[in-house]
Amino acid sequence: MKILVCMSVVPDTTTKITFTENSTKFNQQGVQFIINPYDELALTRALDIAEPAGGSVTVIHVGTAESEPSIRKALSMGANDAIRIDAVPTDAMFVAAQIAAVAKDQYDFILTGRESIDYNGGSVCPLLGELLGIPSINVITKLDIQGNEATIEHDIDGGREVIQVTLPFVGSAQKDLCEPRIPNMRGIMAARTKPLAVVEAAPVNGGEQYASFELPNPKQGVKLIDAENAGELIQLLRNEAKVI
Amino acid sequence: MAIIVFAETSENQLKKSAFEAVGFASGMATDAGPVIAVCIGPVSNAEALGNSGANEIVTVEYNGEFQAENYAEILAQICKNNNAETAVISNSYSGKSIAGRLAVKLGASLVTNVISMPDTSNGFRIRRSVFSGKAFGWVKVENSKKVLAITPNSFEIPNTGNTASISSFQADLSQVPNHSKIVSVNKVSGKIPLTEAEIVISGGRGMKGPENWGMLEELADVLGGATACSKPVSDMHWRPHSEHVGQTGITIKPNLYIAVGISGAIQHLAGVSSSKVIVAINKDPEAPFFKAADYGIVGDAFEVLPKVIAAAKALKA
Ligand SMILES: Cc1cc2nc3c(=O)[nH]c(=O)nc-3n(C[C@H](O)[C@H](O)[C@H](O)COP(=O)(O)OP(=O)(O)OC[C@H]3O[C@@H](n4cnc5c(N)ncnc54)[C@H](O)[C@@H]3O)c2cc1C
Ligand SMILES: Nc1ncnc2c1ncn2[C@@H]1O[C@H](COP(=O)(O)O)[C@@H](O)[C@H]1O
Repeated sequence: MKILVCMSVVPDTTTKITFTENSTKFNQQGVQFIINPYDELALTRALDIAEPAGGSVTVIHVGTAESEPSIRKALSMGANDAIRIDAVPTDAMFVAAQIAAVAKDQYDFILTGRESIDYNGGSVCPLLGELLGIPSINVITKLDIQGNEATIEHDIDGGREVIQVTLPFVGSAQKDLCEPRIPNMRGIMAARTKPLAVVEAAPVNGGEQYASFELPNPKQGVKLIDAENAGELIQLLRNEAKVI
Repeated sequence: MAIIVFAETSENQLKKSAFEAVGFASGMATDAGPVIAVCIGPVSNAEALGNSGANEIVTVEYNGEFQAENYAEILAQICKNNNAETAVISNSYSGKSIAGRLAVKLGASLVTNVISMPDTSNGFRIRRSVFSGKAFGWVKVENSKKVLAITPNSFEIPNTGNTASISSFQADLSQVPNHSKIVSVNKVSGKIPLTEAEIVISGGRGMKGPENWGMLEELADVLGGATACSKPVSDMHWRPHSEHVGQTGITIKPNLYIAVGISGAIQHLAGVSSSKVIVAINKDPEAPFFKAADYGIVGDAFEVLPKVIAAAKALKA
């Protein structure tokens, strides 16, 4: 069994977001980059499925050499090898097209994260599905493979659904799928020598650019209501804020 | 050139997001052409879309459960038949799963999380939320073909007083391979989905335990809202994960967000800070949430909430 896990590298969740160059670029100064949290879940579940079955897990990342520490971390979690497509990832369409060029007909199934917590496209999974002509299942909370078939529980609007899908497919990992693995010392040592292939980017179109960024307007300051008269809140919400 | 809108339904009724999507499309530059709203599967109130900006309504016969592959194919066929270059879809789970596939079929650019009308004064630019709501970005789109997925609760629903013509469409799905089969569907009927709720009452670890959620549910019921929670609350299984909001949960944008016993960590605020009005109820006057709130009550939730619920009931009575 061969499994491919797509991985993006994102600013740590505690990052205070700021922009430079006249608000046209994300300010990376002092920012710590991590594996996208949903991708850690995708990778962990892939490993839990592959290991007992004697299968292999490949991690794929579209990005520059700056991401290599995060790729090594994925290898230390247990991935067998990694592919880095050498390009600046622009939008989800570009990323999906790059991955599709490498992944076509190569894997039993592919996992992504539900979304990247930086640009929140949430789109690579359905894009890959269509590019590869395979089913795409978003926001997976349970995944089991039996022979040629996957049983999948996933979130839908207003509930959850269980489906059966014939391999191959692409799915996106949602929390609840598993607890992320923490690399151990042995894994970290092994990761140093695991294969990390760097491949050239395919000539694909796409890649929308950001013209500029904005930060939300700061709040005016909180209006405090005395706890004794907490009911007053309702009056303010009705008459002043006009939201109820 | 026509704009195609996917009008989402639930239990044979149009969802609020369907009206928002149609309103959004009708607000796009008038030279973009007629707004064609597409309803897939049985729907009892399709004609209502005329009043929010649809010029034409197309109903598509479809039996069976939602399948992204089929829905994307249906919409692609309708786009092609009408020479539509723009498709508008709601940014829901199902909407997003269709949007990507449709974009590939049309050779279109895809923009999700759209939160404002496009600016066409200098090319085409559209604003989306990024970093889970910690910031916004204007995306330049050069491709004339676009699939836009719009965030719920971001657009007013117009009231045009117009009616639209209704026609039906028979899609050809013979080319769509059928690789998946639905085993079971578990939907909470009659509840407002969190992402679409205009009012959200949310609890954190300060609520002490799942047995105390009755108060939050009661307030949500009285005000007509949904309930949400912080990450540790879902991690401890006090509440289902589907209610977890924040950077690693759901991003929401209600008109009113009431946070009870939630400290206001940066990852939590990321998912809720686009709410129009924020209320924090916390016994600690130093809780960071007060810096992000419009209204605050410093006090014990167990004393404050009953008073708030009583006042809300009195108002609604
Ligand atoms: C990678 C990562 C991702 C994360 N993603 C998210 C996310 O998506 N969403 C999220 O919510 N968190 C997220 N977190 C966790 C976040 O950092 C905080 O730990 C979490 O939001 C705290 O939850 P809380 O406010 O419910 O609990 P606490 O921080 O424990 O706060 C409880 C609050 O309740 C108050 N309180 C206690 N008793 C009472 C009472 N009787 N009446 C009134 N107030 C009371 C306390 O004063 C305190 O402010 C993430 C963390 C990491 C590291
Ligand atoms: N640059 C990238 N390289 C590899 N995979 C990516 C990249 N960007 C996004 N992905 C994958 O796609 C998922 C969804 O990303 P997005 O559609 O950008 O929100 C992520 O969780 C990753 O699994």
